[in-house]
Formats: sequence, structure tokens, C-alpha cells
Amino acid sequence: MVYLTRRAEFSASHYYHNPEFTAEENQRLFGKCNNPHGHGHNYTLEVTVKGEVDARSGFVVDLQQLKQIMNSEVMDALDHRHLNKEVPEFARQIPTSENIAIAIWNRLRPKLTVARLHRVRLYETHDLFVDYFGEN
Amino acid sequence: MPRTHLTRRYRFSASHRLHSEQFSDRENQQVYGKCNNPYGHGHNYALEVTVNGLVDERTGMVCDLADLDGFVQKEILDRYEHCNLNMLEEFSGHVPTTENLCMEIYHRLRNGFRAAQVEKVRMEETMMNSFEYAGDAELRH
Repeated sequence: MVYLTRRAEFSASHYYHNPEFTAEENQRLFGKCNNPHGHGHNYTLEVTVKGEVDARSGFVVDLQQLKQIMNSEVMDALDHRHLNKEVPEFARQIPTSENIAIAIWNRLRPKLTVARLHRVRLYETHDLFVDYFGEN
Repeated sequence: MPRTHLTRRYRFSASHRLHSEQFSDRENQQVYGKCNNPYGHGHNYALEVTVNGLVDERTGMVCDLADLDGFVQKEILDRYEHCNLNMLEEFSGHVPTTENLCMEIYHRLRNGFRAAQVEKVRMEETMMNSFEYAGDAELRH
């Protein structure tokens, strides 16, 4: 079993706000991230797939194909977007890095038929990242 | 004594051409694209070797880094640094993708290095791509 990781970068804006909380509670919990006009990050995404190496090609997965899936399913939808306003998953869910990583997993998982998705790692900044390995 | 995991990072540069004798010229072009260029191309590879073991009570170490460095230098870096991977015996019937190179290096380490247990080899082909191999073991999270 070989694990392959591909990295990509996207930039997006967001803000954290839960309508079930009062304005004061939102402010207390989310702090600066609750600014109603939003703020942005340069996100770094790492997608890890796993599989056996194909005896003929020497590949676990066609990197070009993986890149295309990441582009069409993730980058086109998230890059230079306001996550709360433009990405359907975040119409009712707060676009924290945790939720973004889960959303990315759910977008990629059904499209990746050639290798198994192992991990989605999302860096919000150099010093903060989340990992999601799916439900199992 | 607790078991700990130690990772050391190395670098080397090498060239390769991705071309499989099992494909036609047209298929090779389709599968490998630019990497099938007949004269090859090169990468600056980063190699990370992870070993584990029980911490020695007297030294406080899993293994002496000088032993690991010495072994990697002699068995891996001296072999692969500034070479054309396709010219090597291990890739004579085998495409030198980074998947295959990663597995090859893992087996060389695993079969020869005795000072600690070789757990994993991770290789970066570029800043955007990396590969990991831990034999039959699942990766630790």
C-alpha cells in the first residue's frame, strides 16, 4: 500500500456566526472571526489517497486525474469565494476549517474511484490545520 | 521503556523517465505525458526516514543518528544522488515512479538497517506531491 499526497492552495473569505446564539454569545465565542464583513485565509489543502501500485504504470493513481478532480470538485467551488455566501454546504453550517475539511472529503469521496481517499488535511494558517479521515 | 518514533530528512537529486515496456508509445504518452519525454527530466527529492524503537536508558536515544546517517549515506544517497534512475538495476524492468522508488528505498533500509526498526519512508517529488510507504502496515495517523 502506497500513500500519495497532493497539495493545493486556495484563498477564500468567511465569518463565523451561529444564528441560534445572541450577538453577545457569537462575539464571545468567535471573537474576531465573527466580524460580519468576514475575513480571509490562504488555505493549503492536502489530499492523501492510498492504494496498491499498478504493476504496469508504477502509479497508485494518475496524478493528472487526481488534480483534475481536486480542481473541479474543490478549487472551482472554493477558490476566491465567500464560503458563507457562495458554497451551499455553508448556507446553514459555519465554515470552520473542521467543517470545510469534512465538506471537501464529501465532495471528493464519490468522485475518487481509482484510489481510496485516506485523509483530507486543511491548513488554515501555517500554524493551524485539521485532519479528517471520514467516518470509519 | 517507551517506544518513540524518529524521522530524519535527507535530500538528493536524480533524473528519470517514465516509460513502461508494457505500453505502446502512444499509451506511454497518454499515461505519463511530459514525464515520458525520451531524454528524461529531474527532481530534487526529499526523503524522510522514520524509525522507531525503545528509548535506550543510558543514551536517551532511539538510535544513534550518526548510525542512521551513515547507513542512509552509504546505501541510499551514494546510490541515488545525481544519477539517472532508469540506468539502475532495480529499475531495469520497473518504471522509476516515486511510488516505486519509495518502496525500493524502504526495502533497502528495512533489510539492512539494524539499529532501530524502519517504520516508514516518505518522499517528496515536488513541493506539491509526496508518497509514503510503510510496508504492509497502515500509516499511523
